[in-house]
Amino acid sequence: MSFKDLIKSSLNILKTNRLRSFLTILGNVIGVMTIIAILALIQGMNNSVEQQIQSLGSNTIFVQRFSWGAGRMDFSEIAKRKELTLDDAWAIARLPAVDKVAPQKSSEIASLNYMGKSAKEVEVVGSTPDLQYTTNYTIDAGRFINQEDYNRKQSVCVIGGYVVDNLFTTEDPVGKYLNVRGKRMLIVGVLGRKGSFLGNSQDQLIIIPLTTYEKIFPKPTGMQAVFRGLSIQVLPKSSKQLEQAIDQIRELMRRRHGLSYDKPDDFGINTQESLRQIYKNITNIAFIVMIGVAAISLLVGGIGIMNIMLVSVSERTKEIGLRKAIGASHRNILYQFLFEAVALSIIGGLLGTGFGLGIAKLVSIISPLKAAAPVWTVILGIGFSAAVGIFFGIYPANRAAQLNPIDALRYE
Amino acid sequence: MLIHTENITKHYKIGNYVVEALRGVSIDIEKGEYIAITGPSGSGKSTMMHLLGCLDTPTSGKYFLSGVDVTSLTDLELSRLRNREIGFVFQTFNLLPRISVTKNVELPLMYAGVSAKERAKQTESILERVGLGHRKNHRPNELSGGEMQRVAVARALINNPEVVFADEPTGNLDSKTGKEIMALFNDLAKEGNTIILVTHDATVANYAKRQLKMLDGKLQEGNYVV
Repeated sequence: MSFKDLIKSSLNILKTNRLRSFLTILGNVIGVMTIIAILALIQGMNNSVEQQIQSLGSNTIFVQRFSWGAGRMDFSEIAKRKELTLDDAWAIARLPAVDKVAPQKSSEIASLNYMGKSAKEVEVVGSTPDLQYTTNYTIDAGRFINQEDYNRKQSVCVIGGYVVDNLFTTEDPVGKYLNVRGKRMLIVGVLGRKGSFLGNSQDQLIIIPLTTYEKIFPKPTGMQAVFRGLSIQVLPKSSKQLEQAIDQIRELMRRRHGLSYDKPDDFGINTQESLRQIYKNITNIAFIVMIGVAAISLLVGGIGIMNIMLVSVSERTKEIGLRKAIGASHRNILYQFLFEAVALSIIGGLLGTGFGLGIAKLVSIISPLKAAAPVWTVILGIGFSAAVGIFFGIYPANRAAQLNPIDALRYE
Repeated sequence: MLIHTENITKHYKIGNYVVEALRGVSIDIEKGEYIAITGPSGSGKSTMMHLLGCLDTPTSGKYFLSGVDVTSLTDLELSRLRNREIGFVFQTFNLLPRISVTKNVELPLMYAGVSAKERAKQTESILERVGLGHRKNHRPNELSGGEMQRVAVARALINNPEVVFADEPTGNLDSKTGKEIMALFNDLAKEGNTIILVTHDATVANYAKRQLKMLDGKLQEGNYVV
């Protein structure tokens, strides 16, 4: 029997059993639909996170006491490490590949109050004027902190959009005073908005000179020191010199910490790339879990196909006997039933792909999530369902092929 | 010699019992013969037809079809043999209900790998031959019993087989239609086709030129004296 005849007769049989065929493939449709929708949404999310990561200031290097990562961290070891110092920062500033350096410390305060209004959980960042360049801040009103503020330990601050929204809905904040831990601080500027990053607002902060910060916040101890201690933001001279700057910083810090060649770094040099890595680690887990769920529904769909194929084989026992009597070989019968199973699951896969893309599109219309569907997701969806059809179709098809023609012909 | 069997036996196991359906049967049939295998139910005539039609293999003994030892063939070779050398007509017609008359008749050609164009041509002419040229696009359930059996005959003849087996071909038909079908077989026999009827009905058996009478798994009479 030719391949074309085989396909034609398989499709013909499915067509004459339309309702049953449709119900049979429903499981497959749902499985593939889930996979495609999830893939499209994850892909869309990846794209938007990538944009956000780039918005952080694409070349900024963060020198800290620990490396970023989603994996295990030995905090007791990290707590024993040397603290970073301002001298470290000034030494880094003298490296040939480095353009700007901003040492910074930060603490969260429970609330900032102004005229009976309050802004909750605001981050207070103490740094130098170059923070504006290392973190890519823009100024909406007034000015950023300057060198004189830093040198004279002035009580001035620059506030983020979140603070403006909560405290200064009607007034111009520049020139007003805020009370920060008992200290009156003059607002000299308003930061441009950066939006949120991975769900955290980047505008929920005020920036003050690092020298002022050290006056009003006590020196952190123990675990606090790991997260609240000095970190150093570094901007290389150009993006081409990013790797070079990292190498120079590493060499410098190892020398300053007196590490011998066989000791690991006791500090962390983090970049956007580290963030990307963390994001990947997180989404990979989510991805695997979701694919697992979808695989279960494909499995259920496959069992549904197998079930119906077994029913179909027993219903058509007499037909199988007749086909064998008029010359169908073992293989002819095997292929016929296998083809029906594969055709069912591929049709299910096509429908599932269509619906999945539709759902992804719908979600991106009604929510901020953006969907993206690369061609490989579609190929994957259809390929998966064909594999399901073959896997779950083999057993019923083989059972049909094994039937003894006489018994099959006698079957009523 | 078209068909030659030597002392073939067939045993079935049903539960703990062994049923001896055939207990040593030797038959010779020449090309072009018109034969009836007769006997009461349980005599082994259906088993005989299944073995001669290559639907089953004997427990012991030899079977030569056109000089080929059938007992040594593989499943694939047997299916090819059934496809090209043998045609079957059944009591219950055994047409596929979901496809048209034409599609039913051309099925053996499909398994033989004949092209669609050639299939259409051959099917058309064979349907004319059995007097159903005007019914070719109908479904089997739109036909009368006699018409359905004619379709089955057309399907059995389409590959130009060496031998056609008819298992109680009139069993599901009224006597008038039964006679028409038997007349068709008579014509086919006159055209030189080898036809083997399997029946318990003496009036049907009488159409044949020679009768092989079976009883209790043995041939009672009718074979040539070897």
